[in-house]
Amino acid sequence: MSARRIFARPARLAAIAPYLWMVLFFLVPFGFVLKISLSQTAIAQPPYTPVFDFTEGRAALAAFAQLSFDNFKLLISDNLYILSYLRSLVVAVTSTLILLLIGYPIAYGMARLPQRWQAVAMMLVIVPFWTSFLIRIYAWINILQHDGLLNQILLALHIVSAPVVWLSTDSAMYLGIVYSYLPFMILPLYATLSKMDASLLEAAGDLGASPLQAFWLVTFPLSLPGVGAGALLCFIPIVGEFVIPDLLAGSNSLMIGQTLWLEFFTNKDWPVASAAAVALLLLLVPPLVLYDRLQRRQLEAGG
Amino acid sequence: MAHTVTRLTRFNMTSLALGLAFLYLPIVILVIYSFNASRLVTVWGGWSLRWYREFFNDRAMLDAAWMSLSVGAVSATLATLLGTLAAVGLARGERFRGRALFSGMLYSPLVMPEVISGLSLLLLFVALNAERGFWTVTIAHTTLTMCFVTVVVQSRLTVLDRSLEEAAMDLGCDPVRAFLLVTLPLIVPAIVAGWMLAFTLSLDDVVIASFTTGPGSATLPIRIYSEVRLGVKPEINAICTLVIALIAVIIVVASFASKLSSARGESAAPL
Repeated sequence: MSARRIFARPARLAAIAPYLWMVLFFLVPFGFVLKISLSQTAIAQPPYTPVFDFTEGRAALAAFAQLSFDNFKLLISDNLYILSYLRSLVVAVTSTLILLLIGYPIAYGMARLPQRWQAVAMMLVIVPFWTSFLIRIYAWINILQHDGLLNQILLALHIVSAPVVWLSTDSAMYLGIVYSYLPFMILPLYATLSKMDASLLEAAGDLGASPLQAFWLVTFPLSLPGVGAGALLCFIPIVGEFVIPDLLAGSNSLMIGQTLWLEFFTNKDWPVASAAAVALLLLLVPPLVLYDRLQRRQLEAGG
Repeated sequence: MAHTVTRLTRFNMTSLALGLAFLYLPIVILVIYSFNASRLVTVWGGWSLRWYREFFNDRAMLDAAWMSLSVGAVSATLATLLGTLAAVGLARGERFRGRALFSGMLYSPLVMPEVISGLSLLLLFVALNAERGFWTVTIAHTTLTMCFVTVVVQSRLTVLDRSLEEAAMDLGCDPVRAFLLVTLPLIVPAIVAGWMLAFTLSLDDVVIASFTTGPGSATLPIRIYSEVRLGVKPEINAICTLVIALIAVIIVVASFASKLSSARGESAAPL
């Protein structure tokens, strides 16, 4: 006990450097996003007029009077933004549900493998997570393009008579998202399913439950923490996803990540891009808080 | 005897097999096509290294690859250093002021959409008047990947038997020496795995690098991305295969390290 306390002091000192790093490069930048989202667009480099200079030490009230909420008003009034937010939410919810439907049987199968094979299966699921995300999307473009493998196979089997357009469709985008995020869904599900006490299921079986009943009444409710973790781990980044919709979906409706990118890189409208980022962040605060809690509980319990 | 409700069913096996096939087939196809002699995707022109030669003659692509490898190496090293320190603070620091903020700052980048992290860091660099290029991308990648290192090392530290450190201190070690002589050797495999993960994540990133880099210093993913937007090019297949090969080597090393880690953990437990 006392040894722990003596150990704790230098351990806390060790945290100082990463603490300062994260404050400077993670927390403070959000302040700048907020600040610039409240400033006016200008054709200059950088393309915005500063709201207030912290160095000048002007009265806070005077500074506040200069704040411009125009960018946020634009977000609310312009359909483009509202539609992008809605689309992002719809895409994220739909993808998360598909991921759950596909990921659950896989994680369940893994948890039932003999112990020795579970490690192998786990490794096989983790490897794609390490492999470049961009490369994996590119691999799909190879397959889905006009004269790609998929159309060749479909034509050879006479399932279709002319090549089908797969790229630049929502189906391609969903495929890409599900493909990229599948490991994130499987791993937390597997973690809870593999820790489950098999004797509970045996008891259910002994009491006359069919395998399906045992699954719905025992396994599924007990796996809900894993379902929650997997869903958050997929939902939050998918809402802000940029690369996958940009490469695989059509350009007629954009997700918010794409709109933000467009405002920033193409229209050079930094204030509006920042306002879009602030709004996106606000949208993500509740799931982020939930996720942070789950993560902390898991890591600090030594799970 | 296997019970009907806990048995591995045919359904379980099928879903597992299909799932793994889904994860791996596209990559296998990509690798095979990188050796296709034909420029057309529809035609298999026999095996060839033509596209690899093309890559090794592509000055701009090689520069981008070099930029990516150096950003990856430097940022992974910084991230490993900072992430390990953060993990020690969280796993051994007991309660301290600002702990919730600290862990929140470390866990949220794991899921934070990259467009937000990228935009916010760029605005910081502009405000600081920093010249954008190698160092800004390196700092951005360090910030993101140190969080992954923290999680890897912290989960190792929490399962580690603390009585080992305490025994060392009972025998007269001060905390710093107890850490360096007892704890550190036991978590080295997790630290190695953390470095590898940080390196591959840095090698993979398009979005944050696009925001934080300056003109003339594109990373490999930025270049691949701009080529891919224009369509499939056989040379890209070859580059992607090379990156996959590099990552495969890294995975083998990292899994060897983590195997070493769990083996040591088990041998340390009976103490």
